[in-house]
Amino acid sequence: MSYGFLIDTTLCVGCEACMEACNEKNQLPADNSYELSANHFTVVNNKTVADHDVYYRRMCMHCETPTCASVCPVGAFEKTTEGPVIYHGDRCMGCRYCIVACPFDVPKFEWNKALPLVKKCDMCYDRIKEGKIPACAEICPTGATRFGKKDELIAIARQRILENKEQYHPYIYGMQEAGGTSVLILASVPLADLGFKMINFQESFPKFTWQVMKEIPNVVTFGGVFLYGLYWIINRRIKLQETPVNGNEIAEKEEK
Amino acid sequence: MRSSYSLVSRVRSGLTFWKTVFFIILGLGLYSTYVRFFHGLGAATNLTDEFPWGLWIGFDVLCGVGLAAGGFTVAAVVYIFNIRKFKSIVRPAILTAFLGYLMVIMAILFDLGRPYRIWHPIVMWNPHSVMFEVGWCVMLYTTVLALEFSQVVLERLKWAKLLKFIQNIVIPLVILGVLFSTLHQSSLGSLYLIVPEKLYPLWYSPLLPVLFFISAIAVGFAMVIFESYLSSRAFNKQLEKPLLSDLARIVVFILMLYLVLKFQDFARRDAWSYLFINRTETYFFWAEILGGVIIPMTLLSFRKVRKNQLILFLSIIMVILGFVMNRLNVAITGMESYAKAGYFPSWMEISVTLMAVALGFAAFSLAVKYLPIFKREDSNDIPFTKPIKIRFVNNLIKEEKILN
Repeated sequence: MSYGFLIDTTLCVGCEACMEACNEKNQLPADNSYELSANHFTVVNNKTVADHDVYYRRMCMHCETPTCASVCPVGAFEKTTEGPVIYHGDRCMGCRYCIVACPFDVPKFEWNKALPLVKKCDMCYDRIKEGKIPACAEICPTGATRFGKKDELIAIARQRILENKEQYHPYIYGMQEAGGTSVLILASVPLADLGFKMINFQESFPKFTWQVMKEIPNVVTFGGVFLYGLYWIINRRIKLQETPVNGNEIAEKEEK
Repeated sequence: MRSSYSLVSRVRSGLTFWKTVFFIILGLGLYSTYVRFFHGLGAATNLTDEFPWGLWIGFDVLCGVGLAAGGFTVAAVVYIFNIRKFKSIVRPAILTAFLGYLMVIMAILFDLGRPYRIWHPIVMWNPHSVMFEVGWCVMLYTTVLALEFSQVVLERLKWAKLLKFIQNIVIPLVILGVLFSTLHQSSLGSLYLIVPEKLYPLWYSPLLPVLFFISAIAVGFAMVIFESYLSSRAFNKQLEKPLLSDLARIVVFILMLYLVLKFQDFARRDAWSYLFINRTETYFFWAEILGGVIIPMTLLSFRKVRKNQLILFLSIIMVILGFVMNRLNVAITGMESYAKAGYFPSWMEISVTLMAVALGFAAFSLAVKYLPIFKREDSNDIPFTKPIKIRFVNNLIKEEKILN
């Protein structure tokens, strides 16, 4: 039973109500930029592609296998069973590996605080726990941001593409991307044209490091035995060379 | 009377050129330290959300750990392979490594947003994280280095019992040291495995951990040659020429291995075309490979070059610079085009890095002065002041006599 968002950019009119609701709910400082930052967990951007005026949201994609959760040395990120990827600020050391690694460039840092934390959307996890829906989905006047169970959202997305073939580019962004995400995006144009990553982007990222990390116990045990064996053999040979087979040989050598 | 002369000379000679430089760097570094810890990383550094890791990770951590690799390689050569002729360089190598790791930890404390939580990985585990593993290995290996180095201190303090104990466990310690080093030297490369679409293809490779490990071994030996050469000049110690020449041969061998692997990597990824694109990354890559690997490797493979101290030293510097360039290319150059943002460290970042290096140099010379780092046999005839200084003191004595 995991939840997610269906973002239908064809319904979005760019009213930015979701941005305002998000800022208010998370009590973020005022900021006029339209880039994700510690002050903006979501932004509405606009781009004209092939005569289509497209408004689209950017926010945490809440990956099924989150890269941030994989790279964090202290496990500050957690993929909850409800769907959201949440952040435990009390664990974070501020190493910023999540910011480096996130394939969607979502986590942002509080650069101007003496004791900074990482900031990102948590799908209003506290509201979900209370049985409410996230602030952005609640306020959205057109239904462009729809919150619900991921299975149902996928069904809705497929149905919309089937029923309005002219209106939609037939691709649900988030089904495969980075191993699948809890946020699904529909658009009238290819999402690559809006700047969303698509090429070589179907696999989940944590496996890139895990295939090396999983060898560590092998390296340690094999290496330990190998090195000690090497030491043992070499030193034994040196000792054998140094100890004379019988006294006469040494005496002979000394005479020469 | 004699003591007052030396006091005067101490004050005068206390302000040599390098000491002045040291105190200027220290002053700037301390100011940057204040800004960084009281006003945040944003105020002190040029780091941004687009470019979250800069000089402190790229140089202080990636290069610092690599340049300190001599500690585990030389220890392995002497204790495990039992090649005894290298015994005289074990102590300086371990000292360098120990100081290097202390500097790395200092840099990490600067770079972490909340440095007081640096202990968190000890109790909050995430075995999937490369950073988690690096943290543990750096912690454990620094402990190993401290224990290895403690022999020198215990010898000086004449604590025979404890010294005996450490000497008895030195083989397991060295083996642990090699294991921890193998793990985190390579893992510094694994850190970047997770950014296949961000790191420029000239540097991104599934072989990053192996390439990082091998280049660290090469530069570890190179650093031992570098510091042996420098300390032999600074402390008037007779240089053991055949020893450095032998070390240089090891460097040639490992660089060759590195180069072969690098070519294999390009072949496997079919990335040859990237070598000839007209863009900044290509030039940085060629500078790194030609200047840091191919040219010094070729030079050092000639016996005549290895016998000539100065050219040996210069070639070794090329290897070291090439290594530094490689790490900075991975951490900075290779990440710039994705970030669509240039990055150049702020003067505060540079001053903190310089401060760490300067503190390392100062600690090294203090340790050499007060601890039996170089061979005990010839420590008696090491004059610690250079002839010039002695003349300076003589002049002072003359002046004082005239005044009197």
